This record gives sequence, structure tokens and C-alpha cells, in this order.
Amino acid sequence: MRNMSSADPVIRFTDVSKTFRRPDGRGDFVAVDKLSFEIGKGEIVAVLGKTGCGKSTMFNIVAGLIEPSFGETRVIGHDPFHEFNFFRGKIGIVFQNDRLMPWRSALDNVRLGLQILDRDHKQAEETARAWLKRLGLSGHENDYPHALSGGMRQRVSIARAFAVDPEILLCDEPFSALDEMTARDLRAEFVRLVRQNNKTAVFITHQINEAMEIGDRVMVFHRPARIAYETRLGAATTEADRRKAYEDIIRVLSVEQAPD
Amino acid sequence: MTNSRTMRILQAAASMLVLAAVWQIFSLFFPHFLFPPVPEILSRTVNILITGSLLADVLLTAARIFGGLFSAFILGSLLAMVIGQSKTAENFIAPVLTFFQGIPALSWVVFAIIWFHGTEFRVLFIMVMTTLPAFTFQILDAFRSMSKDLFEMTMAFRPSRWTLFRFLIVPTIVPGILTAWKVNLGNAARVVVVAELVGATGGVGYELLRQQQLFNMAGAMAWTLQLVLFVLVVQQTINAIETWALRYRAVSERLM
Repeated sequence: MRNMSSADPVIRFTDVSKTFRRPDGRGDFVAVDKLSFEIGKGEIVAVLGKTGCGKSTMFNIVAGLIEPSFGETRVIGHDPFHEFNFFRGKIGIVFQNDRLMPWRSALDNVRLGLQILDRDHKQAEETARAWLKRLGLSGHENDYPHALSGGMRQRVSIARAFAVDPEILLCDEPFSALDEMTARDLRAEFVRLVRQNNKTAVFITHQINEAMEIGDRVMVFHRPARIAYETRLGAATTEADRRKAYEDIIRVLSVEQAPD
Repeated sequence: MTNSRTMRILQAAASMLVLAAVWQIFSLFFPHFLFPPVPEILSRTVNILITGSLLADVLLTAARIFGGLFSAFILGSLLAMVIGQSKTAENFIAPVLTFFQGIPALSWVVFAIIWFHGTEFRVLFIMVMTTLPAFTFQILDAFRSMSKDLFEMTMAFRPSRWTLFRFLIVPTIVPGILTAWKVNLGNAARVVVVAELVGATGGVGYELLRQQQLFNMAGAMAWTLQLVLFVLVVQQTINAIETWALRYRAVSERLM
């Protein structure tokens, strides 16, 4: 495996496809179809698409949780599924639901990744406390998840993902279950933390405004997980360009897509 | 102690008192060898507990129950792990366990007497064979109830198999294990008495047989109460462990 240069993409998909066998025997279902893209270091890429277009399947492939049927996936130069253990501590994931362990307090949930990675016990606790404080959860360290609100639980899950100091953050609609005000605050917090800590992030969403607010780049998927539209958004992007991009995205999403 | 808990205890005590009162009334109208008075039964019960040689029988039965349950629990856990990891293993092992589950306890007693010589091994064999299927299936069900979401979240950190077991699998299956113990405890207490009645010297079952041969109802009730008290104490202990182990669970105020 060659050494990565600083210019190498952090995530590379080359003609990646994924098919699932239908349980009802109606043949195979194509969730991802010859998907190719690259994501560079420090980029925040928002992936947008309708429900069922393959965003989460792509997400799970990047995370190494499922194996692609065809094509090549490279994350930090390695295959995330077949070199699963290489990625210990390198990938942090924030899921759509908080997925907190109900039998662990907020502090212990944040510490989970650090314990799995065999970090020093005292340091792990300090790191976990610091992240809870950064996310406004001081005083709730010993609360169990059932005693926390939805927004607070999602903050704990964000703290858990950041605490292991990963190179890459993967987020699958992490704010979709929250009310708009809470989601707005957490979005701003999330972007600030990602930029401050120089992470690479892939952010899946089905909300156009959220994608344009968070992403340096927005990729719009059509079913089955093909890039139908892509745009770059930066500090230099004018308001007019943003409006045009918004309209383009609406148009692309409105196009009739391939049936199941 | 909360008010509702106190009320539950008082209501339970009241129902026991009513039962005792009904028995006492019966003892006034029937011969004492059929319905001995409640004070006589209580006196004999206490006598068993304070007489060393008699208490030894109670402790022997308790040891046999725990020995059988622990053995079945360990073996059942191993089988559940094997079945959980292999569909082929499940296809071979599960039907055998289901078959064993259908065999009455008394049949296992007869088999044990015919096959084995040693009393303790006979009792252990009977206890294990009657509780092993339930332990295996209950632990397997607890393992399969593990949340896929939590599994994927934990796997994202790339844990070792031991770490996964310690941090996710054990906490997930603890409620199922505690339930399995509570269910199998009652079953084990009934089975051990049958095993001791037929194939052992010593123990509560053996003493029950003696009381039956002496036509001593007060003695039979007293020895029965030993077993009932033992089961109640152990069950309350398991309940206390369960309350502590599951203290993280939210409880609706409606349930309190």
C-alpha cells in the first residue's frame, strides 16, 4: 500500500456498486450504482437526496460496516471493510438516532470509544468531561440517557464521536429527529468543532437548507446512489450563486427517479 | 421504603394471614393428622432451622439447587454462544434441546437411577437436564434481542471480541439472564424435591418422604415451608440484584 501524500483524497469511491437480495425473492435491489467521488482532507461534504436513494448505504460502506458488491473504496488509502481494524480511532460516527447505551451515564457513553481504544483511564475521563463541557452538558455527566432530552442525547453522541479525535467524521442525518431550534444550534456547533479540529466530514441529510449551511460541497444523489448534481459552496460564494444552487438542487430532486 | 412498596408488603402479609386463618379454622373441624394447627406447623418449621442436623438437610437441598442451576447456566450460556454464532449448530442443537424440554422431570429421575450410582451425581444430572433447555433458549433470546443500532455504533470503534462482549453483549443479556434465573429457580426447587424423594438420602425431599411414611402432616408442611422460604429468599435476592443492575431504566410514574 503506497504512502498517502497530502494531496491524496481522504475518501475515494471508484465505480462502487451495492446490491441487496430482496427477502421476498423478487431478485436483487441495487442500492448504489457505479458511484464515484473523492473527498479531500478538511472538506465538509453534504450528501443530499430523497429517502431511499442510497445515501445511508454509501455511508455504511465508507464506515466499513457493509461490503460493496463491486468497485473500489478507499478511506485514508485503505479498504474500510477488509482492513476494518486499521480504522480504530480514525472514524467517528454520529447516527440519526443517538444510539447511547442506556445502561451508561452521559460521561460513560462519551468515554466508550476511549475505553475501547484502551486509552489511559484518567485521561479518558478528563477528555470525556471536557467534551461534555464544550457541548454545554456540564452537570449532566452522571445522568442516564432516559433523563436527558433528545437534543442533549444527540450532543452526547456528538461528544462521543469527537472524543476519540478521529480523522474523519461521518454523520447520518444527525439532527433530523430534533426540533428546528435545537438542530440549528447543534449544526452551528458541529461546523465550528469540525473546522476547529480540522476534520474531514461527510454529512448526510435530506434537508437542502441544512446541506447548504453545513457543506463546502453539496452532492445530490439520485436513486440508486448516483451523483445527479454537485456544487461547491464557500465563503466567496455570492448570495445569487447560493440561490441558483438552491434552485438547481430543487430541480434535480424533483426529477422522476428510477423505481425500485 | 416507598408507600406503594409498604402497601404491597402489607397486602401480601395480609393474604398470608388469611390463608393461615383459613387453615386454622379447618384444623378446628378436622383431625390434626389431616390439618395440624398453625402454631404446631410454625413450631416444627422453626425447630428445623435451629436444629443442626435438620438444618443440614435444608442446606443440602439448597446446595443441590444451586449446583444444578449454576451448572445448567454455564452449560446453557456456552450452548447459546455456539448456537448464536452458527446456523448449522442451531439446526443440530436446538431440536435436541426442544426434545429434552418435553421430557418430564420424573422420567429424568428414573433415567438417573438406572444409569448412575452416586446420589449427588444423579441429582446434579436431573437438575441440569431439566433446566438446561430453558437456560439455553432464554440466554439465546436475550443475545438475539441485542440492538442492531447499538451493535453498529460499538463496531464503529472497532472493538476486540472480548471488548464487544464486555461492553455490549453482557449488559444486553443481563436482564434476560436474571429472568431466566427467576423462572428456573422455581422449576429447580420442584424438581429437586422429586429427585430427592425418589433417589436420595438426605435433603428436603427425603425428609418429606419420611414425614409421609410417618403420616405426619405437620412435619410435611414444615419441610415444605423450608423450601418455600428458601425460594422466596433467593428470589428476593435476585430481585434486589435486578433492581440494582437495571437502575438505569426509566420507570413511568404510572407504574410506581
